[in-house]
Amino acid sequence: MALLETQGLTAFYGDFQALFGVDITLDAGETVAIIGANGAGKSTLMRSMSGMIANAAGQVRFEGREIGALPAPDVMALGIAMVPEGRKLFPSLSVEENLLIGRYGRATAGAWSLQTVYDLFPVLKERRNSPGTALSGGQQQMVAIGRALMSNPKVLLCDEISLGLAPVIIRDIYAAFPRIRAEGASIVIVEQDIGQALKVADRLYCMMEGRVTLSGTPASVGRDEIHAAYFGAHTA
Amino acid sequence: MNWLDTIVQGILLGGLYALFAAGLSLVFGIMRLVNLAHGDLIVLAAFLLLVLVSALGLNPFVAALVALPVMYAIGWGLQFLVLNRTIGDDILPPLLVTFGLSVVIQNALLQGFSADSRRVPVGALESASLQIGPISVGTMPLFTFLSAVGVIVGLNLIFYRTGLGRAFRATSDDRATAGLMGIRADRIFATATGLAMVVVTIAALFLGTRANFDPTMGPARLIYAFEAVIIGGLGSFWGTLAGGVIIGVAQTLGAAINPEWQILAGHLAFLLVLLVRPRGLFPRALD
Repeated sequence: MALLETQGLTAFYGDFQALFGVDITLDAGETVAIIGANGAGKSTLMRSMSGMIANAAGQVRFEGREIGALPAPDVMALGIAMVPEGRKLFPSLSVEENLLIGRYGRATAGAWSLQTVYDLFPVLKERRNSPGTALSGGQQQMVAIGRALMSNPKVLLCDEISLGLAPVIIRDIYAAFPRIRAEGASIVIVEQDIGQALKVADRLYCMMEGRVTLSGTPASVGRDEIHAAYFGAHTA
Repeated sequence: MNWLDTIVQGILLGGLYALFAAGLSLVFGIMRLVNLAHGDLIVLAAFLLLVLVSALGLNPFVAALVALPVMYAIGWGLQFLVLNRTIGDDILPPLLVTFGLSVVIQNALLQGFSADSRRVPVGALESASLQIGPISVGTMPLFTFLSAVGVIVGLNLIFYRTGLGRAFRATSDDRATAGLMGIRADRIFATATGLAMVVVTIAALFLGTRANFDPTMGPARLIYAFEAVIIGGLGSFWGTLAGGVIIGVAQTLGAAINPEWQILAGHLAFLLVLLVRPRGLFPRALD
């Protein structure tokens, strides 16, 4: 049984239909990358899985249970934590408070705590009393990831974590993923930046215009196929 | 020496206005909701205390302890069942609904208690006073001011030192992202209004024991409270206390010059602060 899966998922972004019958699965312990161009429906898929928006048709199942109609706080309490697009730190909260609020709805004991998050991203410990929004973009992204880890989630959803960051910073952030995996979280990564995502992913889905156009393992899928699925045109 | 006495009385009166305002400040700070029935809820709480004191023969301070959970529950229910439905991008629905609530509370109190002025008796405390140097300070006014300071310290501790306070600030910042943290905004808002009603009950205790009150005096208390919040700067509890003190001192100074000027002097002080510091004295960095 898949840990998290969608079946025939259809959802709207405002009045615009963003997903047309999307099927994806995430098995326990797996890291799955969902790649695609801007507007492919990746973020809508993430928002459906996290309970931020309700799906119009189809199902989202977590541990075999239908969760498509649950609001975000209920989904979070089950163990699905999201790193939202744009990081979305709380400006009124310090770095440490931003981390602590990550376990408000699910204070499950586990590998992740303030201490282990600071071990993972040592720079955050130095800045722990600064307002979250006073940090650089990369450091803010570390806070957003740490905040999601604080609830010791079973599934970590990462929405466009490399967006707007310098390549060297993106490498630093992705360097944390082996440790996050090792502590037991299953991960869904949504990216426009294919390079880093494919390095950490076991499997990938490529999306275009609200549909999955390609899936497979990074080893089995060629660059040209990804290009075709990504842009909708054969470049070879 | 007369002036010093006037100013001290004004500061102590400011404590009462800060108590009126603290609940309003709390609710506005978290959900940007202006509760136009706030003054009437204070009067409602004062009548609740009156009933507890006169019907059950309770000491007013004991009656307040009984009333606190009742008012908390009323605030929680009011927010969860009614006001949450009015919160959105449009600021008009909460204004209309709380304005309507204000009319309903006033008329229900008129129906139940008539328009007569009432007072919650506190016995010998009413006239007790302390001699501090050359100034004579009433025990109850001093108690009122110390309670206001206590309430402000308490609210600051809750806001900045507890998980609930973090959830208050996070929900105020970004309700959708707060949901991803497992925070249920509708319950956070209900808890905030419940807490505001706890402060309202404390305010009602000192309103009801200090002077006469009647069912129609809520809206004027709302205006003093609102002025105190604006003077202090939105979202700052200590600013709210300062705002209450400024209005209190202005009123007693105005009254010392000519009793007809008491209310006017308070409003003029408010306008003067707005003129010099349009965002209030201690505005929050964000907003």
